[in-house]
Amino acid sequence: MSRKKAVSGGDQSPDQQWEPKIIAFLCHWCSYAGADLAGISRIQYPPNVRVIRVPCSSRVNPLHIIKALQHGADGVLVSGCHPGDCHYGSGNYLARRKFALLKRLLEFIGIEPERVQFSWISAAEGEKFASVVREVTEEVRRLGPAWKLVKHLNVTDPPTAIEQKQQISTRG
Amino acid sequence: MEQLQLKLRQTAQHLLSEGKVDLLIGYRQGSLPLRTTPCFIAQEQEADALVWNSFCTNNLAVYLPALFRPDPRSNKKEPKRVGIVVKGCDCRSVITLLKEGQILRENLVIIGIPCQGVVDEKKVLAELNGREIVKAEEQGEQILVVDEQGEKISLAKGDFLRDSCQVCQHPVPPVYDLLIEGGRAKQVLPDEYGDVEEIESRSIEERWEFFRKQIDKCIRCYACRNACPLCYCPECFAEQSQPRWVGTTDDSSDIMVFHLGRIFHTAGRCVDCGACEAACPMGVELRRFTRKLARDVRELFGYEAGVSLEEPPPLATYRLDDYDQFIR
Repeated sequence: MSRKKAVSGGDQSPDQQWEPKIIAFLCHWCSYAGADLAGISRIQYPPNVRVIRVPCSSRVNPLHIIKALQHGADGVLVSGCHPGDCHYGSGNYLARRKFALLKRLLEFIGIEPERVQFSWISAAEGEKFASVVREVTEEVRRLGPAWKLVKHLNVTDPPTAIEQKQQISTRG
Repeated sequence: MEQLQLKLRQTAQHLLSEGKVDLLIGYRQGSLPLRTTPCFIAQEQEADALVWNSFCTNNLAVYLPALFRPDPRSNKKEPKRVGIVVKGCDCRSVITLLKEGQILRENLVIIGIPCQGVVDEKKVLAELNGREIVKAEEQGEQILVVDEQGEKISLAKGDFLRDSCQVCQHPVPPVYDLLIEGGRAKQVLPDEYGDVEEIESRSIEERWEFFRKQIDKCIRCYACRNACPLCYCPECFAEQSQPRWVGTTDDSSDIMVFHLGRIFHTAGRCVDCGACEAACPMGVELRRFTRKLARDVRELFGYEAGVSLEEPPPLATYRLDDYDQFIR
């Protein structure tokens, strides 16, 4: 994928229908295993979600979420273990405080609340994982493509060596 | 004010001559009217340079972390003993730094002064509408300003206080070693986050418009970060290259990411001293956003930054019944 496409966030041509792109940060111990269970149970869920595995939901830096939105994600989902289930004891409790503030701050500056979502999904909840992804995808689809924090660079890809040679030769 | 200044000088002299501090951070007269400048005093003879008035705006806590950071090239093992002159808000910054382990309580002498609120230079300049000020002094509740024509203008101090002073809840330092007594602290008004609530009441597109307009003013000079006593990281996320959190462009998206990152880093720590907004050359209303976080921290976690030394920082602790309505 060229850089231009990567920063503009769309890898579809304009005539194709837009599909939301959702980045999901899943905790290794619960939600990632929940996604795995959804897979091996053959539960259908939309392919719009791009999973990034993290050791714990508290590993997710608020900047990860902001950067995902900047680089063309239409929605972000962060999922961890249910309260009391954290592999590290208290990671999800700390994450909960952090994300409560982040979510409110992003809403305060005018980011739609549906763009940034949080859930608790255990390793046994394959069905819940699928339904959360379905719901988040539909909510983001209703909002349309994200544009607020997106970085638009007005630069084209640098010319290739062959193009440079051609330019030099046409200049005479 | 004069009396307080005298007491402050005596206290400083005493501390330095007794050898209780190696260095004292305070204010001295600035080279421009309406200004004081931070000064670092190591000799007792220099204590007479100290001033105390309503122009002592800087938050001196910003200098502390660097003084306590171990210097690998120095063979001195003992960190310096530092005295610092603090208003209510500065003291709360000091408390936050103490809690975060950036400075040592036993090497710090906190000289508290009950604060009457400080004068916002920008407001006075706006009132004078372009006329140059050659002299300014404080007389009780009035500020006497002399302009270039020699005309004397008397301004009511209460109308020219900083925005952060007008909503200040802690004019008296909550923690101190020495308190310069005799001054009257500013009256505390009921705590209202009206400015935050006003934005919250707007529609989502209006909120975005407000944020975007603020960001458009930013020239990314990082003055807000440098003035902030909480921004002590040796390497700021804004300048890290691995990973590169913030692009080095003037694209508004990059500026937004910088501000969101910085604002979020003050969550549960910001004491609303107003240093960021005062330092901003472009008039970005940064306090709206930091106050939003401070309000939420109080509402959700019942915590106010820089008030007690014992209470753990809100993002380093948790309760089992924390707010969780936003989680699926």
